[in-house]
Amino acid sequence: MTLWMIVIIASLACLSLKLAGYLVPSTVLEKPTPARISNLLTVALLSALVGVQTFAVGNHLELDARAPAVAVAVLLFAFRVPFVIVVIAAAVVAALIRLTGWG
Amino acid sequence: MSENDSNGGDVADSRSSKNARKAGLAVGLAAAAYGVSYGALAVAAGLDVWQTCVMSLLMFTGGSQFALVGVITAGGVAAGPAAIASAAILGIRNGIYGVRVSPIIGAGFWRRIAAAWVTIDETTAVSTNQPDLKSQRVGFWTTAAATFIGWNLTTLIGALIGDAMGDPKVWGLDAAAAAAFVGLLWPRLKQMQTVAVASAAAVIAIILTPVMMPGLPVLVAGVTALIVGGFNWFGNKSAATEENLEAEGVPT
Repeated sequence: MTLWMIVIIASLACLSLKLAGYLVPSTVLEKPTPARISNLLTVALLSALVGVQTFAVGNHLELDARAPAVAVAVLLFAFRVPFVIVVIAAAVVAALIRLTGWG
Repeated sequence: MSENDSNGGDVADSRSSKNARKAGLAVGLAAAAYGVSYGALAVAAGLDVWQTCVMSLLMFTGGSQFALVGVITAGGVAAGPAAIASAAILGIRNGIYGVRVSPIIGAGFWRRIAAAWVTIDETTAVSTNQPDLKSQRVGFWTTAAATFIGWNLTTLIGALIGDAMGDPKVWGLDAAAAAAFVGLLWPRLKQMQTVAVASAAAVIAIILTPVMMPGLPVLVAGVTALIVGGFNWFGNKSAATEENLEAEGVPT
């Protein structure tokens, strides 16, 4: 599988899901369970990605400059700092820690 | 969101349309700012500038795009199937938005195709927050235009910046990716149920990392949503429905 194939297949899959929504009758939403599961799936995947992106290096776990950077990000989001500023702040924290030679 | 507005005269009508347009532009501008981060992170993950931009044009849903890039960062091209699956699972919610927005859009084959393409968190939230059908439509299409143009432009800018940066770790871009996911997750952590799912999913994904192919731990962690959501643990029935609707901005 090439990177181009991954990009195209994933894009078409997401586009098809959007189109599918316009073909389904709106009575589907009257049942709370599918809507709830879909909401929670988004939460579960995003949270799992935070975990993996913070601690994983390929197949093993590592405590490095990313963990303190993510902790700073959580703190800033809690204080309602805008998204872009938080992302930049996290990058700066990690970069500075690496400048000192750790992580 | 009072119900009188929908029977109001031309004055109220144009006022609510104006508000819808304003909201759409503001939301579009904010979303566009994420585009720079996405572009830079995608290039850091190994995508070229073209691939990065094609994703923003065709996929056009930030969560899925970030997820695909995140899995590729962890596992490379070998993690392709998991990357596709992660992006698709995060894209399911757009299908649900489509069910909800579809009556607002109205008839017309090409109009519905175009609307489906831009049916995402932002367009759904702004349109369903408006008091009457006309301003719902104005809100939908203004947000769509602002977000689509902004997101794709800033993706290109981010990709070019990322390309010029060299080693992404020196600049802390890997930490920025994790922080971006925290930002996408944060607004959803308002209920006991979502907090429980988020915590369990993160722990499971981390624990499984040493024993599974990169990308798979994230997918397996998604099972927590099926179990907790299916049995509706940590949330009583009526409250869950109400909060769910509120979070997605359905007009009352």
